Amino acid sequence: MVRFANPAQFQRLSDMLLPWFAWATVILVPVGLYYALVNSPADYQQGETVRIMYLHVPAAWMALFTYTMMAVASAVSLIWKHPLADVAARAAAPLGAAFTALALITGMLWGEPMWGTWWVWDARLTSVLILFFLYLGYIALWDAIDNPATASRAAAILALVGFVNVPIIKFSVDWWNTLHQPASVLKMGGPAIHPDMLVPLFLMFALFKCYFVTVLLWRMKAELNRAKIRGLEAAVQAAAERREQAA
Amino acid sequence: MAEFFHMGGYALYVWASYGAALLILGLGAFLNWRILKRSSARLEHLRAAAPHRRRRDGHGAE
Repeated sequence: MVRFANPAQFQRLSDMLLPWFAWATVILVPVGLYYALVNSPADYQQGETVRIMYLHVPAAWMALFTYTMMAVASAVSLIWKHPLADVAARAAAPLGAAFTALALITGMLWGEPMWGTWWVWDARLTSVLILFFLYLGYIALWDAIDNPATASRAAAILALVGFVNVPIIKFSVDWWNTLHQPASVLKMGGPAIHPDMLVPLFLMFALFKCYFVTVLLWRMKAELNRAKIRGLEAAVQAAAERREQAA
Repeated sequence: MAEFFHMGGYALYVWASYGAALLILGLGAFLNWRILKRSSARLEHLRAAAPHRRRRDGHGAE
């Protein structure tokens, strides 16, 4: 664990993984879209709007997955004070916000024709909206505090406290009487969805996952670059000041 | 083909969803990729300007 948490080791590992995930993303875009839009049947009740589900469900899963990853990284940052954990959590937050926004937008675009309303304040929709604000709050907190150690602690605590919302989202459809339907893929007794619709769903999920890993690694590498640039610029400036004093 | 774009009368909702996904995820990928390329170029430039300070590991100059 400590071995991979070393920034130099991370650079090597990410350079090795990045091409695989980036190319998998590029290949999965046409394949996933072909199955989602062309090679899958319309639903007998939802008609063609079922195709919105191939974006909505993977986006919602990734919204929860990203927050879970952010909370784990925040715990590692609080307990072991490892800088890479902060880099990972901070790099993940905008991706999580993007997935949550996409889940909300596609949900509304499906809700209007199918439910007859863009939005209801039921437990599932409300708790996902709160997730979106948790992501925004986490991002804003990092930017609001100048001292990096204080910002790291405050942001990590916010991420961990906010994690209570993740099981609430997952089980909201069972605990409360929601307009949103309960789980139909990850449920006891296996998925209640025809394989013709599970194939595009899992292809789009794989696409979102590969996209997430690719952009997350890009963001982490960029953050490590920034830290090195700051160090080098400080060194160059110190050298210039020494020359000035000597002259 | 026209039938495909028509989406059984739900064209607006289906294509708006896929458009939103393309916009959000596409823009996210493009902007983050550009930030990484620019920071890598800047780092190379700085290292070339101060070769004697070049460090082999990732955390020397912080």
